[in-house]
Amino acid sequence: MFRAFVAGCGLLVLVILAWMIIATTRDALPVFEKEGIVGFFLGTEWAPGNARDGTITGEYGALEFLAGTIYVSIMAMIIAVPMAIGIALYLTELAPRRLRKPLTYMVDLLAAVPSVVYGLVGAKILAGVMLPLWNAINDNLAFLPFLGGTVRVNNLSLGALVLAIMVLPIISAVTREVFAQVPIDERHAAFGLGATRWEVMRHVVIHRSRAGIVGGSMLGLGRALGETIAVLLVLGANSRLLFEPFNTSQTVAAQIAAAFKEASPEYIRALVALGVALFVLTLIVNVLSRLVVNRFGNITGDASI
Amino acid sequence: MTSTTDRPSTDQPRSLRDRTANSIQRERKDRLVKAALLATVAFALIPLAFILSATAYQGLGAFGWEFLTQPPPANPNEEGGGYGPMVFGTIYMVGLAVLMSVPLGVAAAVFLVEYKESKLVAPIRFFTDVMTGVPSIFVGLFVFSALVIDADLFFGTLPGAVSLAVLMLPIVVRSSEEVLRLVPDDLRNAAYGLGARRRQVVTRVVLPAAGPGLITSAMLAVARGAGETAPLLLTALGGRQLVFELTGRPQTALPLQILDDARGAFQPAIERAWAGAFTLMLLVLLFTVAARVIGRRSQLDGR
Repeated sequence: MFRAFVAGCGLLVLVILAWMIIATTRDALPVFEKEGIVGFFLGTEWAPGNARDGTITGEYGALEFLAGTIYVSIMAMIIAVPMAIGIALYLTELAPRRLRKPLTYMVDLLAAVPSVVYGLVGAKILAGVMLPLWNAINDNLAFLPFLGGTVRVNNLSLGALVLAIMVLPIISAVTREVFAQVPIDERHAAFGLGATRWEVMRHVVIHRSRAGIVGGSMLGLGRALGETIAVLLVLGANSRLLFEPFNTSQTVAAQIAAAFKEASPEYIRALVALGVALFVLTLIVNVLSRLVVNRFGNITGDASI
Repeated sequence: MTSTTDRPSTDQPRSLRDRTANSIQRERKDRLVKAALLATVAFALIPLAFILSATAYQGLGAFGWEFLTQPPPANPNEEGGGYGPMVFGTIYMVGLAVLMSVPLGVAAAVFLVEYKESKLVAPIRFFTDVMTGVPSIFVGLFVFSALVIDADLFFGTLPGAVSLAVLMLPIVVRSSEEVLRLVPDDLRNAAYGLGARRRQVVTRVVLPAAGPGLITSAMLAVARGAGETAPLLLTALGGRQLVFELTGRPQTALPLQILDDARGAFQPAIERAWAGAFTLMLLVLLFTVAARVIGRRSQLDGR
């Protein structure tokens, strides 16, 4: 009896996950049927219709949102991954023993800040602080592709910066755990050969942890892809396939949140379809990263959950 | 690393203290990298300090007793008023979500730790991990389509609470599992030795021993749930009034109103949004830090 009860609670996770997929896919099916999978993912026309009887009258090609999501997430990873590795290296290899715990805790605390607060600080303060820098880069490097256009206050680069700070704790938590598992003997062997600290970090610690770093980064990427509210506030909520780093953009998640309240029943189906696309994307990234990360044992700490 | 074996033997005998150009260069690089790593950590702490001080500085202006109890004015361009209904809505929904997710999550964790021999343990643990990464907006869409539409509940407190519970469930499972693992096997074996059944071992020995740790995991889940915005947007919808009903009327919450006011252009509303953000940060930090303190008090913390 007791066993059946606790096993049932465990299975509940699987049931909810399956129910999520079934309920949302069923709602989104008419949209996928009309546009086709390829048409939905690669179409560029997004013109919502107003039908109330379950028919699909608008055009739903989600490429601009998907492209915005992937673009801003990858930019965020370019900022966050080197920083996370640096933090993890400092915390496991260099930090004085007394400082290790408080510093770790403070980095983890970044994961506890609600995303709406990130959005508010990003949009109302950081946006103004960064604008001169965006302008300077845009003016001086105008010869590069995608640069030299208009500079907006809320733009892709700001979104990437905010996202990078948000995913920093999770990536550094995983990387830290992986670094800590490098056998102390190997470090000592390298020191014994006359290696400097940096050479030990580079040739022993990082070298041995490559898989874990990739896994942790992908875990962070999964979070970045699905982040909604902070992105909604700092990205400018305007989708065009421009790829200009200082122009506005829109992601899948933020588009769902932005359009939901005023959406017609038909449009809501399209938003659910967007959600399904996002879910599939994050599920692939998450499953792959968990397959890698779980080999290193349990990742502990507030940031990992 | 350098090799010195191929040095021509015609060289003058060299003191060990003599330093070759290469070793000086390596040392210099080492120092440079160390400084860079320290700078990275400092750079990562700037956002934390920035966020804490910005919310406190901007939020304290409108913050106060009136802010925590009064509803916002009907015209967002008016000064005064507060987030009373939102504070209530957040506490109401998070409370319900805790009642749903903590018992189920702890039971699931018991299964993962105490029934290791089951073949179900590995897939459940794996998909719990995967579920922590499901985008919160997608959870909102799911609860919208399952409860608001299919079950015909309309937007309101219960769908909002369910969406928070779905998000909290994997967090509770994961952190409770860690806590239950810390309970020493000696305790379990002693109870088994006295002839206790597995149910008795779990309810009389393991769970009481893990008590403080389980409270920690529940509080971490609360801290996460209180800050969630995206799923509530699609399930609770938001509003301006105090709502006691479980279903049928849209419920509001702190993050929802912050988002609403922050996207508007009215200065008084933006000030209220800052005060709301300050309230939310207080709530979240209080729970995170208290969870940490209780966790440290726990006798099971082996670290």
